[in-house]
Amino acid sequence: MALLAGGTDLLIQLRSGRADPELVVDIKAIAEMRAIAIDAGGYCVGAGVTCMELIEHEAFARSWPGIVDGAKYIGSIQVKGRATLGGNLCNASPAADGVPSLIAAGALACIAGPQGRREVPVAEFATGPGKTLLAPGELLVSFLLPKREPHSGDAYLRFTPRTEMDIAVVGAAVNLTLDGKGVCSQARVSLGAVAARALLVPEAAAALIGSKVDAAALARLSAAASAACRPIDDKRGTKEFRIKVAGVMAERAALIALERAGRHN
Amino acid sequence: MTRNHVSTTVNGDQVEFLCETQQTLLEALRDELQLTGTKEGCGTGDCGACSVMVDGRLVCSCLMLAVEAEGKAIETIEGMAKGEKLHPLQKKFIEHAALQCGICTPGILIAARSLLTRNPDPTESEVRFWLAGNLCRCTGYHKIIDAVLDAAREMRGA
Amino acid sequence: MSTMLKYQQKDLKIVGTRPLRPDGVDKVTGRARFGADYKLPGQLIGKVLRSPHAHARIKSIDVSAALALPGVKAVVTRDDFAEMPDEMAAVGELMINFRDVTRNMMAREKVLYDGHPVAAVAAVSESVARAALALIKVEYEVLPHVIDVVEAMQPGAPLLNENQYTAGVKPKPERASNVAKRLEFGCGDIAAGFKQADVIIEREFNTKPVHQGYIEPQACLASYSADGQADLWTSTQGHFVFRAQCAKVLQMEVSKIRVTPTEIGGGFGGKNNIYNEALAIALSRKSNHPVKMVMTREEVFRGTGPTPGANVKVKLGATRDGKITAAEAELNFQAGAFPGSPVNQASMCAFTRYDLANVRVVGNDVVVNRPKVAAYRAPGAPIAVYGVESVIDEMAKKLGIDPIEFRLKNAAKEGTQTYYGPKLGVIGYIQTLEAARAHPHYSAPLGPNQGRGVATGFWFNIGNETTCSLNLQEDGTLTLNLGTIDVAGGSRAAMAMMVAEELGIEFERVRPFVGDTSTLGFNFLTAGSRSTFASGMACVIAARQVIEKLRARVAKIREVPLEAVAWKDGRAEPADASVAQFAPMTLPEIARMAGKTGGTVAGHAEINAQGAGPGFGTHIVDVEVDKQTGAVNILRYTVVQDVGKAIHPAYVEGQLQGGAVQGIGWALNEEYVYGDDGVLQNPGFLDYRIPVASDLPRIDTVIVEVPNPNHPYGVRGCGEVPIISPMAAIANAIENAIGLRLYQQPFSPPRVLKAISDAAAAKR
Repeated sequence: MALLAGGTDLLIQLRSGRADPELVVDIKAIAEMRAIAIDAGGYCVGAGVTCMELIEHEAFARSWPGIVDGAKYIGSIQVKGRATLGGNLCNASPAADGVPSLIAAGALACIAGPQGRREVPVAEFATGPGKTLLAPGELLVSFLLPKREPHSGDAYLRFTPRTEMDIAVVGAAVNLTLDGKGVCSQARVSLGAVAARALLVPEAAAALIGSKVDAAALARLSAAASAACRPIDDKRGTKEFRIKVAGVMAERAALIALERAGRHN
Repeated sequence: MTRNHVSTTVNGDQVEFLCETQQTLLEALRDELQLTGTKEGCGTGDCGACSVMVDGRLVCSCLMLAVEAEGKAIETIEGMAKGEKLHPLQKKFIEHAALQCGICTPGILIAARSLLTRNPDPTESEVRFWLAGNLCRCTGYHKIIDAVLDAAREMRGA
Repeated sequence: MSTMLKYQQKDLKIVGTRPLRPDGVDKVTGRARFGADYKLPGQLIGKVLRSPHAHARIKSIDVSAALALPGVKAVVTRDDFAEMPDEMAAVGELMINFRDVTRNMMAREKVLYDGHPVAAVAAVSESVARAALALIKVEYEVLPHVIDVVEAMQPGAPLLNENQYTAGVKPKPERASNVAKRLEFGCGDIAAGFKQADVIIEREFNTKPVHQGYIEPQACLASYSADGQADLWTSTQGHFVFRAQCAKVLQMEVSKIRVTPTEIGGGFGGKNNIYNEALAIALSRKSNHPVKMVMTREEVFRGTGPTPGANVKVKLGATRDGKITAAEAELNFQAGAFPGSPVNQASMCAFTRYDLANVRVVGNDVVVNRPKVAAYRAPGAPIAVYGVESVIDEMAKKLGIDPIEFRLKNAAKEGTQTYYGPKLGVIGYIQTLEAARAHPHYSAPLGPNQGRGVATGFWFNIGNETTCSLNLQEDGTLTLNLGTIDVAGGSRAAMAMMVAEELGIEFERVRPFVGDTSTLGFNFLTAGSRSTFASGMACVIAARQVIEKLRARVAKIREVPLEAVAWKDGRAEPADASVAQFAPMTLPEIARMAGKTGGTVAGHAEINAQGAGPGFGTHIVDVEVDKQTGAVNILRYTVVQDVGKAIHPAYVEGQLQGGAVQGIGWALNEEYVYGDDGVLQNPGFLDYRIPVASDLPRIDTVIVEVPNPNHPYGVRGCGEVPIISPMAAIANAIENAIGLRLYQQPFSPPRVLKAISDAAAAKR
């Protein structure tokens, strides 16, 4: 059985023969999966919300511009008109663009199944290329985001050879919060396309916490990001390239997150 | 193989067709409804030649199952002109020589119209990024950008 | 007998303006029909089974299970096609051997690349056809494969053809080889030339195959009649050539196949050869139904010809004051599975931009386990020129001479003796260099990590067999039947413009179309930048014939001598009032009386157009390099090109812009990626990366017009020259930006970043 949300991954797999399900279940009519709402102060985003809907949601984009960055990179306007963050996570490509910023945000994946409901950190959801921790009969219903603290900003950057339309060679998401004096009090850093699944990199975050995200902190961040990579050589990039550029993307994402945090109340 | 019956609206007309479950909307438009203006360039959502509007959203019809069209409102290139009256984008594409072989043109027109609906005064960069999902191999995009910006100007009455 | 029509300078009313193209409305409304848009009642869907191996012997093919599947109406394999003789034919600017044509269409003894067709089925639907393919059992004996050109040239490399001995080598070699042919061009004394040089630079370059990347996959529809005649609709650059190829491999008379060319969604040389066409006719014959075959994008990449990848060595010698004294190149080109790479053309284009006394070019045509290459816009030249113009740039820098100045010092001009044969006639190379130097782009300021590069290109352009017919209709409008396919939408308009100019009437009164093969005599493909040149010439001849007939009719109607009738501004009027006076007659007036005065007035031409004028171009590009990631961004691009005469400037600009952008893609990101297993890893537009709109700036164009003396309007072909220079121009710009030169294409971010970090490591 296969679940059909946006279909932008599934249809390609059906056509190539990589997926050959006997039954396809379309979840787009399930209201809860298509809603964006506030739940206990934090956003609850249905797994079936399309990328374009998320991008067009101004309030959400003000709180979580980094998650919207990720959504913006999932293919062309046409693909984003159908694709969903839920589908992006469940497809579990190591290079998925929607995942690192969800991890950096500390998002929870809300799952429903025959045994009832459960929540798991997004960082644990994908278990390897094309594999998730969903048990038979379970489906991803929504993402739960924490309440947004003041002076917080997040950003997702990726490296691709062209400006658009490519799979990420490296992706980096940084989410940080500043205290009243402009010092980073909290941070989470996540890397995509450099391991079997997107990574949460505590050492990289540690490089920022307690700093003003100055050049020295960024250099430590970059080194930690590069050190955390466990990439492969493939037709999209070599190991060395990914390791180097992971550090560069993490730094650049951190600067954008910093700038956004400065503007955020 | 039993085929599915689908009722939908295409370019304002109520239509019905039969399709296999795994057939895409693109295949149904072309092979069941004989609307061959929408093209297949890749079948994997990478080229945009199959672009159509579904309930006001720009999508790749090769990435939708035909059965998903049930009850939806679909717009294809065939519905863009009103009889002999071309849409300003269509007119400007011809005037600016913004097409050469023309295979990508229906998809680009649908995509460009969708941009101008949301953003009537885009910058060149906004046009380029919106159209990134529509590959053209003949023109190098230069005259396409000229045509879209000129059409936008005309549509704004500027 | 070949035809040349001399250039005449005159005041022009239509040629050089920008009327709307006649097929534009159909293309912007979706009404125009491309290959896959045709349909016949009762048609079957044809699909091809392709080899999963790069190199293997076919031991057996069992199609019985496929045939037994309900809904399958026919299956063809190698057994359905005759052996072909060893016989060459021209296909665009490349030559093919029919023995290879049939094998590329359907494997016989061996499969030679991942994607090589092995069998084909026709069934009632796409899904049944796919299921049928899965039921065909092929027994392969997998053989070692070779895909690298240098490896393939070594003795001991796996051999694709055990009976191939390198042609062009004397005495004939004893051992079979993957090198199908060796050629050599030269002049002067190369050793002496290098002795005269103060500075010698020798470099080696490597390129990967790239695909033409047309957005429309190959599509055809065949309908075979029980009387032995076949109709074929196909997306092609040459319906007469396709007819010839199909007739040969199917052993049918040429006149029994009628090919109707559909609108074509891009070709660039890649639709010069048959792929599915003869298979579709054979399946139609076997099944007694029309058969439609449309390739998937994956099939296009795996099964149709890319351009070669290559290994190129260039050596240049020059004196300190900037005179090139010796130029040498070795071009080792991948032909793919069968011989016939454009190493010949590449050799001709390598150095022809310069007036050189001592030249030597050696070329090797090498088979490898990849799809057979096809032409791609100026076949071979971009590859050779990447190497040569990079070394030219290096030499200019070493000598401390401005890159355009260095080229001007050595520029080819009228009368320059080429090293491959002819003397150059009137050309515009120097004019393009001077226009580039004077362009504001050349002196615009550059910022940090930004650089500017210049490179030039030359293509000889061709003419060849061309036919057309022009008929005056009863209301004074004309229909123009062209034998030359209109790939880019501009040539139909340009032909009608030339006819309208000749006749002195409005452009809209000439209706051009491309008829099927039964309506005209043989016409060569649209390739070699020939259509506006050759078809234009034919149209002018036909128009002038019509004028002669119109004059004769008016002489008859008005009862005056023929010499008294002149044709001016769309009507017949007295040539000289003193000779004879009569009331003028317009075209519609004469047309209305045509039936009564002798019948329809028509003109036609069947020529072998000669005197194609070579085209030259100079490109300027600015790039910015992100030194932390290796990403190269194109900031600004200017194309300067001599086109002889721009019949319709907007379509000429379109050729310059489109060709330049293909070259940019070739330079930055396009390449075929193979695994060690010889299987293609990126057969799709996701990972075969052609430029998207957001990757590019505007492409500015400067049209230079140095009329070709051998065309009535001075036309030179323009479509191919613009793709030749971008790779070198961008390599030169990158060097200017970061001081590092790239010897391996594409200049993708990992390569650029590696060059940067290697250079930094070397410094430490």
